[in-house]
Amino acid sequence: MARVPRRPGDRVFAGTATGAGILILVVLAGVAVFLVTEAWPAFTAPPAALPGGTGLAGYVAPLIFGTLVAAVIALVVATPLAVGIALFITHYAPRRLAAALGSVVDLLAAIPSVVYGFWGIAALAPSLVPAYRWAEKHLGVIPLFAGPASTTGRTMLTAGLVLAVMILPIISAITREVFSQVPALHREAALALGATRWETIRLTVLPYGRSGIIGGAMLGLGRALGETLAIAIVLSTSGGITLDLISSSNPSTIAANIALQFPESSGLAVNALIASGLVLFVLTLGVNALARRVVGRRADLSGAT
Amino acid sequence: MSTAIRPAPVIDIPTGTRQLPTRRRLRRSSTAGLYLAGLLAGGALAALSGSGIVLAAGYGAVLGTVAVYVVSRSVEGRRTATDRLVTCVVVAAFGIAMVPLVWLLWTVVSKGARRLDGTFFDSSMLGIVGPGGGGYHAVLGTVVITALAAVISVPIGLLTAIYLVEYGTGRLKAAITFLVDTMTGIPSIVAGLFAYALFAVFFGPGVRLGVAGAVALSVLMIPVVVRSAEEVLKLVPAELREASYALGVPKWRTIVKVVVPTSIAGLGTAVMLALARVVGETAPLLVTVGITNGTNLNPFDGRMATLPVFAYYQLTQPGFPPGFAIDRAWTAALVLIALVMALDLAARLIGRCFAPSTRR
Repeated sequence: MARVPRRPGDRVFAGTATGAGILILVVLAGVAVFLVTEAWPAFTAPPAALPGGTGLAGYVAPLIFGTLVAAVIALVVATPLAVGIALFITHYAPRRLAAALGSVVDLLAAIPSVVYGFWGIAALAPSLVPAYRWAEKHLGVIPLFAGPASTTGRTMLTAGLVLAVMILPIISAITREVFSQVPALHREAALALGATRWETIRLTVLPYGRSGIIGGAMLGLGRALGETLAIAIVLSTSGGITLDLISSSNPSTIAANIALQFPESSGLAVNALIASGLVLFVLTLGVNALARRVVGRRADLSGAT
Repeated sequence: MSTAIRPAPVIDIPTGTRQLPTRRRLRRSSTAGLYLAGLLAGGALAALSGSGIVLAAGYGAVLGTVAVYVVSRSVEGRRTATDRLVTCVVVAAFGIAMVPLVWLLWTVVSKGARRLDGTFFDSSMLGIVGPGGGGYHAVLGTVVITALAAVISVPIGLLTAIYLVEYGTGRLKAAITFLVDTMTGIPSIVAGLFAYALFAVFFGPGVRLGVAGAVALSVLMIPVVVRSAEEVLKLVPAELREASYALGVPKWRTIVKVVVPTSIAGLGTAVMLALARVVGETAPLLVTVGITNGTNLNPFDGRMATLPVFAYYQLTQPGFPPGFAIDRAWTAALVLIALVMALDLAARLIGRCFAPSTRR
């Protein structure tokens, strides 16, 4: 590129643009600093002064457990579905319809979290009650379905299913992206050997897209961990760590607990909530960084391998 | 792996006097018919046992899949049958994803339509107990806070994108790119806590301000603006910039007069998509702005009402009798969805209508 003489306008503009970039560094550092500042009293306070009276670890542990359970349910349900959707859009749907069908799935991402909560508590939860009764009766031996089955349907499993719907568009968008980049030569080679469509997919698309599936699932996990309002509305909570997915006493999740408790809290309780937010921040940061690394690694993967 | 593939002679190739045997294939209409038959049988089964429409579709899809697989297996063999089985499963996966979408939209529209009247849009909740009342204050509050968030984050986001594409080099660029990626993953509630912590340091604990909500939304909005604006700016051909430099135009004027105007449609889309993402955010506003019954349009003076938080409180703390507040909540949800979809649509229209013409 040609060397252009530096003029005052140039210097000002370059300075502003760089400043904006640096501001982002400052903001992120600020997020960490201010969260730590406001969370600090909770770390140093005597255990009895915190809500629950068992110290910060005792306060946060059930919340972390609840967060992980809900997110894992969401992931287990959403990942296979998202892969199916991505395959449908990239390899099965008619070419002309594919883009339109893709944006229909993306509509799921446009719906606000609070509306998912509304749907979950008013439509999904009541209609799952018979299924929970059935599960309690026939699968009760498994600890996951030990019961007693909730009569409102506001269970951990319902919350996980709502989350699954919410992260579906994220996972399927990334998986779709990777699947559509599979080199045509790989596919054509498989087809030329007489492979059926499924064999072509199994031998070329899935191996090539594996890192995309994993990365997409982890980005979905990051989203699921931080999802707030949908769970705050849908889940009926009463603390305590339990593996029972269909009863009405569930541990809350970190994010939902903040949303529920924060407006009515004051003093040290606020600090404890911010401390739990800090834990969530670190958790999602770790998951997202890992996901980016997995998705990014595919860029180095040449089509020849 | 290699054992899985055997050439399937599907075409007749005349080899002297002998012909290779043709593999028997089901006709397209017969597989579709089989699937449909299974679907109907499933529906009938569900109707007999008195189940809902979703369960009926579920039974039907399973029966249809089984019918196709069994017949295909007996006529066409194992490999083709597996292929057809997977096709059924993949199509079903897409169908399953459509169930919550349609169900959710149907629920919100049918319940929200009850209070979708003039009163909802021209009355606040001041002094309202029971019937009447509306989301006037909440709609305006959402507009004010979202606009303020846009005022904060659009300049920062666009300038950062310009920095990354036009100026950025070395480790600072890598660091900013990494941090923007990281910011994308910040949970919305954590952004709210950050804004609260920031303002609590200056205004004391328990602070609730509209501007704090705008800051929280900005934290969520900036990375979206940066990422999509960056993609758009990268698409501007280097020839355009070089032609401008060749005429002796300074770099900053090249950016302002050539690069930005060329990509203005894409930048508009980027901003609109970012707005659509934050306008429905509830959690950060819940902890920073709170809720109020009256109309407060000054983001520097105390609590404000916003549409998502309004909807949340009307549903979860409806008071007595609960019916009226719950109806208001659903209407607020419907208006919120309409708002998000409108922004989404606007983003696409901007992208399509104002795109630079490629014709000469």
